[in-house]
Amino acid sequence: MTKANGEKCINLKLKVWRQKTKDPKGRLESFKAENISKDMSFLEMLDVVNEEIIHSGKDPIAFDHDCREGICGSCGAMVNGRAHGPEKGTTLCQLHMRHFSNGDTVVIEPWRSRAFKVVKDLVVDRSAFDKIIQAGGYISVNTGGAPDGNAIPVPQEVAEKAMDAAECIGCGACAAACPNASAMLFTGAKISQFALLPQGHPETKKRVLAMVGKMDELGFGNCTNERECEAECPKEISIINIARMNREFIKSAISP
Amino acid sequence: MVGFFVGLIMHWNSNRLILILSSSIGKKLIMAFTGLGFCIFLLSHLAGNLIIYAGDDAFNSYAERLHSFGPLIILAEIGLLFLGIVHISTGIYLFYQNVRARPGRYIKKRNAGGRSIGSSTMPYTGFLILIFIVFHLIDFHFVEKTDRSIYQIVSETFSNPGYTIFYILSMVVVAVHVDHGFWSLLQTLGVNNLECMPLLRVISSAISLFVGIGFGSLPVFITLIS
Repeated sequence: MTKANGEKCINLKLKVWRQKTKDPKGRLESFKAENISKDMSFLEMLDVVNEEIIHSGKDPIAFDHDCREGICGSCGAMVNGRAHGPEKGTTLCQLHMRHFSNGDTVVIEPWRSRAFKVVKDLVVDRSAFDKIIQAGGYISVNTGGAPDGNAIPVPQEVAEKAMDAAECIGCGACAAACPNASAMLFTGAKISQFALLPQGHPETKKRVLAMVGKMDELGFGNCTNERECEAECPKEISIINIARMNREFIKSAISP
Repeated sequence: MVGFFVGLIMHWNSNRLILILSSSIGKKLIMAFTGLGFCIFLLSHLAGNLIIYAGDDAFNSYAERLHSFGPLIILAEIGLLFLGIVHISTGIYLFYQNVRARPGRYIKKRNAGGRSIGSSTMPYTGFLILIFIVFHLIDFHFVEKTDRSIYQIVSETFSNPGYTIFYILSMVVVAVHVDHGFWSLLQTLGVNNLECMPLLRVISSAISLFVGIGFGSLPVFITLIS
């Protein structure tokens, strides 16, 4: 390994999951990431490695990304066995290389779940989450002119809870980190944000059964309250949203 | 709990009932209700057994009074057997589904700090508890009781140091299972919120310690006084 450029740069050994097609056969391939600035994000480091791979005429590492600001939920991978890497409340694009040391070996794998199929390398098809949202259906909003913003009063603490739930960016880290590959934190957050606000109320009971039913149908596992999801969630969404989903489910079961 | 079943019965529709109970949250609720039943049983069983500390006469008269309920006791036993069958079969099915939910395992996986010893070992501690219950029933329930008092049976069984160690280790396993199980059932029943979460964890750990130390101390006490 060549000497890193001063203290600002580090050299790493990467072990990246390579999978050519949807066929789940794949393997870890080793790469050298040299002269990586500590100010780079994890995805920028992968860009640098990919440049070299492309120059050598090989197929670059495929990975999902979009905004690179930690708000779109596109990126995500298991870094050394942790969803979005070792930092708390961080997406992969906001994980900076200063959290790694010179000479580290970094293992990078895609999200793994029956409901998330690996498309290529680190790219995962997370349309299962979209299907859960679609199953939730609509909320009743009257057509016509935009209603006055203050026409429906929402208590501040309720609005805060709804916003906490709505912070979910649907990255999939919860299901990826869950020992049971369960999507209950995602589904709980989506159900909570609507169940808390008056706009979502008329359809609450129908919505919870439909979304939970779709989640099960897609092959996600069952929650055993391991709390790995909230520990890995880049938006630090709490499992109290799962408890709220359970309450809404019970309410719906008792009186449809 | 009662409200849940009353609600289900009031809106009785077999298709809907199957839909609800076979869903992931439905199965969680089945585990929670049956687990709650076992927690209530454990605490009442412990309350009875702690009478051993009041001496052999008090314990024997408690056992006699308990058995005088006759058919009610048999009904309770059938109830416990039913809870056991439902809890175990649902648990096995959930375990199978959860393994199936991730066909390709991670090459490297680290815990993020959410999992506890209890939460990560629930299926295994559950299986160990089942083995313990089989031995426990053979030793204390289906044992010949005509010529000996219940206190004598307990005292003779615990005079075997091997059995005492097996019993105490089993109680550690029960405590680990209850520690996650009780908190988990509160979360499943939707009792949890941000404010009361730390308190619920403490209550669950306190119950598991009470059960573990309460039962686990019995053979120690009996061995010491004999």
